[in-house]
Amino acid sequence: MISLAGRDILHSWGKFVLTGIGLGLLIGATLTMAGVYRGMVDDAQVLLTNSGADIWVVQKDTQGPYAEASNIRDDVYRSVLGLPGVAQAANVTYLTMQVLHGARESRSMVVGFEPGQPGEPTYLVAGRRLLRGHYEAIADVKAGFRLGERIRIRRHDYEVVGLTQRTVSSGGDPMVFIPLKDAQEAQFLKDNDAIITDRARTAANPALNRPGVPGLLDAVNAAQTVNRSVNAVLVKVGAGSTAETVAQEIRRWKHLQAYTRVQMEEILVAKLIATSAKQIGMFLAILTVVSAAIVAFIIYTMTLGKIREIAVLKLIGTRNSSIAGMILQQALGLGLIGFVVGKISATLWAPAFPKYVLLESGDALRAFIVVMLVCTLASTLAIRAALKVDPAEAIGG
Amino acid sequence: MDQGIHIEGLSKRYGAGDTAVDALKEVNMSIAPGEVVGLVGPSGSGKTTLLKCLGAVIEPTRGRMTLGGEVIYDSAQGGWKTKDLRALRRDRIGFIFQAPYLIPFLDVTDNVALLPMLAGRANGVSRARALELLQALDVAHRAKAQPSELSGGEQQRVSIARALANQPPVILADEPTAPLDSQRALAVMRILNQMASQYQTAIIVVTHDEKIIPIFKRIYHIRDGRTVEEAGEGRDIS
Repeated sequence: MISLAGRDILHSWGKFVLTGIGLGLLIGATLTMAGVYRGMVDDAQVLLTNSGADIWVVQKDTQGPYAEASNIRDDVYRSVLGLPGVAQAANVTYLTMQVLHGARESRSMVVGFEPGQPGEPTYLVAGRRLLRGHYEAIADVKAGFRLGERIRIRRHDYEVVGLTQRTVSSGGDPMVFIPLKDAQEAQFLKDNDAIITDRARTAANPALNRPGVPGLLDAVNAAQTVNRSVNAVLVKVGAGSTAETVAQEIRRWKHLQAYTRVQMEEILVAKLIATSAKQIGMFLAILTVVSAAIVAFIIYTMTLGKIREIAVLKLIGTRNSSIAGMILQQALGLGLIGFVVGKISATLWAPAFPKYVLLESGDALRAFIVVMLVCTLASTLAIRAALKVDPAEAIGG
Repeated sequence: MDQGIHIEGLSKRYGAGDTAVDALKEVNMSIAPGEVVGLVGPSGSGKTTLLKCLGAVIEPTRGRMTLGGEVIYDSAQGGWKTKDLRALRRDRIGFIFQAPYLIPFLDVTDNVALLPMLAGRANGVSRARALELLQALDVAHRAKAQPSELSGGEQQRVSIARALANQPPVILADEPTAPLDSQRALAVMRILNQMASQYQTAIIVVTHDEKIIPIFKRIYHIRDGRTVEEAGEGRDIS
C-alpha cells in the first residue's frame, strides 16, 4: 500500500520543510530554555566542586556565602582546625563586583583565597598559580581577560597570571581569584577619604580621645582600618570522618552555621535558583502550548486544503483509519523535522549565550517524546475535520 | 437483464413533516453491461441525489437497487444489503467527476493503482492493472507524471482509468464533459463508449451538455424527481 502521508510530504516538501524549520526554531528555543536551567544547576554544582570543600562554615543564622551575606572573623578557621575530623580549614571571601579592564568592565565574582588551601582554583587552562602575596590574579576565561593583562579591583591593579575554565558564580559570573589579604581589603577596607573622616570623627569623640589614656585613640583608629573579616571558612574533612558529623560539631561548639555539600546544593539549587527555575518552567509551558497550537494550526490548515481530495479518497473506498493515519504521520513528520532542526539550532547557538547552556541528552529525549505527543494531540483537530468530510462532497450538487 | 444496474421505485425524501422534500419519486432505470446512458435534467431536478443514491453515498427512502445481478439495496428488506458501503463503492462502483479530482500527491500510475491497492491487491498487480488501463486510454506515456503536469484531457482520461481500476459493473459519471470544449467532450464520450464496450461496464452519464446529448442511444430525463426514458439519437462518434 502506498504511504499517502509520505507521498503528500514529498509532493509539497518545500512547504513542509520550511514549516518544519519554523517549528524547529521554536523547539530550539524550548530546548535552550531547558538548557539554561540545566546550566544554572550545573554552575551551582561546579561552584561547589571548585571550592574543594566538604563543609562551608558561615555566620550563624545565615545561608551564606552564596545565597546570603556572611561575615565571620578571620581567626575562626584556627578553632575549626582544632576540631576532630577536620583536615583543612581556610578563609575565603566572595564579592561580586565590576572589574575594570582598561576602558571595559566585566561583572565578576572576586574570590579571595589562600594558596594551597580549599578555595584555590584546582585546574588552570593557561598560565600559572599565584606566587606573590599581592596583586596577582587568576581569572576565568569567560571574563575575557588575557594572560599578562592588568585589571583593576577597587584601588589596586592586578596582573592576570593564570586562566581557569568553568569557574563561575551561581549567577553565572566568571570568577577572578586574588590573594585573601587583597580580597579582604577590596571588600572591607574603606577608601582613604572615609578613613580620614572616621579618624576625625573618632578624635572629636571625648570618650575615645581621653587625655589621660594615651594610645586609646591610636588603638581605636587601628581597629577601624584593620580588617579581620572573611565570608566563610571552607573545611575539608579528614579520612574516617563524615561531613555531617564534623558540621554538627561546628554548629554545637562554635556557634556558627556549617553546611555540608548536600545542604549547600539544596540552598543553591532549591532556594537560590528556585525562582529562575519557575520562570523557566513557565516559559517552557508557554512554548510547549505555542508549539502545539502551531502544529495544530498547520496540520489543520493543510488538511482543510485537501478536503476535496479527502472526500474523493473516502468516496473511492479509503478507510477512515488510513486518512487519520495520513494526517497523524504528517504531524509526526513535522514534529520530527522540527525536533531535528531544534536540536541542531540549540546546539549551534548555545555557546553564544552569555550564561552556560547545558543541553543534556536526557532532556533532548524527553523533548522528543513531548514533541511527538504534542504533534499527536495537535493532529486530532485535523483528523476530526477530515473524518467529518462527507464523501458526497466529491459529487457535485 | 441480470447484469448491469436496475433501479425500481427509488425514492428519496429529505426532511420530515411540512418541510419534507421529495427529491426522487419512484425512479425506475435499467442499464445493461456495456451500455452508456445519459441522465439529463435541469438544476435541482434530482440528478445529483440519484447519483448519490446509486453511489451508496446517501440512503434512499424507498426502492430497490440491483448491481451486477446482486441486490445492494432493498427498503422492503431493511435497506442496504451490506454494512460496508465503503467497500461497495470501492469494488463495485466507479466514479468520474466533473473535474478529474486526481490525488495531487500521487503520480498518474498510483492514482489509478490506489483503488486495487485499497481493495487489498498487491502493489505490483495493482500497478500492472493501472498501466494496462493507461495504455488502453492512451496516457501510458504519462504514467510517471504528476497530475499537475497533465493537460485537462489527459487528467480526465486518468480519472476514467481510475474509475475502471477495480472493474466495477457500473460507472457513475457526473458531468464529465462540462469543462471541456466540443472536441474534447466528444473525445471523452468516445472513450467512455469504448471502455463500456471493452470492459462490459454500465455507464450513467449525468449531463446537461447539449454537445453530447445526441450521442446517447438511451436517455433518462429527470424532472422534479421523476425519470422518463426516451430513445436518443445514438450518433456515431467512433
